[in-house]
Amino acid sequence: MQHGVYTNLPSLKTVHGHQMKVLVAVKRVVDYNVKVRVKADKTGVETANVKMSMNPFDEIGVEEAIRLKEAGKATEVVAVSLGVAQTQETIRTALAMGADRGIHVLTDVELQPLAVAKLLKAVVEKEQPKLVILGKQAIDDDCNQTGQMLAALLGWSQGTFASKIVPDGDNLTVTREVDGGLETVVLKLPAIVTTDLRLNEPRYASLPNIMKAKKKPIDQLTPDALGVDASPRLVTVKVDEPPKRKSGVKVGSVAELIEKLRTEAKVIP
Amino acid sequence: MSVLVLAEHDNASIKPATLNAVAAASKVGGPVEVLVAGQGCAAAAEAASKISGVAKVLVADAAEYAHGLPENLALLLVELARSRTHVMAAATSTGKNVMPRVAALLDVAQVSEIVEVVSADTFIRPIYAGNALATVQSKDAIKVITVRATGFDPVPATGGSAAIEAVAAKGDAGLSQFKGQELSKSERPELTSARIVISGGRGMQSGDNFKLLESVADKLGAAVGASRAAVDAGFVPNDYQVGQTGKIVAPDLYLAVGISGAIQHLAGMKDSKVIVAINKDEEAPIFQVADYGLVADLFKAVPELDAELAKGR
Ligand SMILES: Cc1cc2nc3c(=O)[nH]c(=O)nc-3n(C[C@H](O)[C@H](O)[C@H](O)COP(=O)(O)OP(=O)(O)OC[C@H]3O[C@@H](n4cnc5c(N)ncnc54)[C@H](O)[C@@H]3O)c2cc1C
Ligand SMILES: Nc1ncnc2c1ncn2[C@@H]1O[C@H](COP(=O)(O)O)[C@@H](O)[C@H]1O
Repeated sequence: MQHGVYTNLPSLKTVHGHQMKVLVAVKRVVDYNVKVRVKADKTGVETANVKMSMNPFDEIGVEEAIRLKEAGKATEVVAVSLGVAQTQETIRTALAMGADRGIHVLTDVELQPLAVAKLLKAVVEKEQPKLVILGKQAIDDDCNQTGQMLAALLGWSQGTFASKIVPDGDNLTVTREVDGGLETVVLKLPAIVTTDLRLNEPRYASLPNIMKAKKKPIDQLTPDALGVDASPRLVTVKVDEPPKRKSGVKVGSVAELIEKLRTEAKVIP
Repeated sequence: MSVLVLAEHDNASIKPATLNAVAAASKVGGPVEVLVAGQGCAAAAEAASKISGVAKVLVADAAEYAHGLPENLALLLVELARSRTHVMAAATSTGKNVMPRVAALLDVAQVSEIVEVVSADTFIRPIYAGNALATVQSKDAIKVITVRATGFDPVPATGGSAAIEAVAAKGDAGLSQFKGQELSKSERPELTSARIVISGGRGMQSGDNFKLLESVADKLGAAVGASRAAVDAGFVPNDYQVGQTGKIVAPDLYLAVGISGAIQHLAGMKDSKVIVAINKDEEAPIFQVADYGLVADLFKAVPELDAELAKGR
């Protein structure tokens, strides 16, 4: 299926008159089902022997990029991940979903959003994509920064918290999930998009595609080779466990519930 | 120390989250200034000048700030930030959109969603859906910060009399355009500042059934929220979502109806003062954080609750 799409490319280019290469950032994070534990020495959370997965928002990003390609709007999908050696697995997942090739920036240094944005900028300068898709938020650091930072460093437009994107020539129309509802903006391409939950429902990789993904190329780079200082700017002084809630009680009826809320908790009149 | 707070407003009035951000800013020390950037925003600037503890209000009134486009707003904030030690905004969809852009342009880190100011350079912020609290120290000359409203009691909206000063607009970056919006309309209080919130989950089965919750909400003066599953299923709009990646609420009373209590949902409401859970599954994890748990079919319990409240006392 992917080959079929690929061989169609030259004609697509002539039809549309331009190419859209899409870069997708994928982060390896502790799986969303894992309830993390704070380490006894308070230096961080326990990540040894914990299930790791692709950040869910990045799965949505990969899915969107692949759909753009399937719709003939994108020519190539490149998955990029930064981090330790095992990060390759996350790139393989993106390749199995349907990305064409991968780029791995290998580093053991703790990466914070500004450093990630600088590294991604260097990758963007090499690859010259028209669109870069990131997750709105990594579910480990919960920062919600990297896409906006990358847009700033590149001097590009940004469509964050996207629930719909529609490319049209030199523009991209983005529907965004905002506090009051939905907002639509038109971005000049090239642009940065960050995904929200309603953008799409990511596919599962099929077994044949997982096998095929093993043969897809992954380039390896380093922060040094990209000329980026990736050292952290924020110092983590300590990591604590949040205060635990006292366990509550079960009530037997609605009447009892109302009584407790009125006289014990005093939260309703 | 000099702190600039980006006001969240609709040109006419100041949004409540700004008051929490000013509260956080006051803890840093030094004078707190508020920036009102918008178009035709004189009334909002006037309102900002009355916020307790605000030393000065800066107003940038220009077409390019009409819709809070981050590409334009960041250019203005970066310029103002250079002569200050801290720039803060509430962690709303506007604040989250623009502040990282400002930080990157200044080549500094951004500290997201702080819940505590330890000192002028050290802050506490939740990570991993609130399952851990990180204390982080910034070594950068300018601290760019978003503030989680639930971490700080709001300062009074009145009582101040700050001077209002116009600042020059920085022009349109020419990168993006606002096209339109679809805002959910509601007579009920805003989710993030309501004193009582009643949220429904997948157990509600349909958008229509949310009327059951709305009826209770109207009797309690409550806001209505939802789990991700209820939003994904199309029962209610996206702005109802409470959780790690939705809105963070900490009302006096939170009622979770037909919600299982996934960590991503708990992340958005577990700092509520009193939590009530109504769920037919007694093993549902929501009961682990509920002060009062009612194991019941919501289609029986909620109408009963509604009827009892209608009776008054
Ligand atoms: C990246 C990511 C981000 C996420 N962010 C969020 C977020 O911000 N907010 C959020 O809420 N979730 C979020 N989630 C989703 C979260 O993991 C859960 O899937 C979701 O919260 C489940 O919603 P729910 O409790 O309504 O549904 P379910 O887990 O399906 O629970 C439904 C509950 O209703 C009960 N029920 C059913 N019928 C009745 C009845 N008649 N009477 C009484 N009880 C009944 C059932 O017993 C069950 O406990 C996120 C997930 C991911 C991966
Ligand atoms: N190490 C990384 N490798 C690849 N992408 C990343 C990395 N860190 C962050 N990102 C991207 O940036 C998004 C937002 O992350 P954050 O700003 O940390 O919440 C993620 O969803 C990813 O798309």
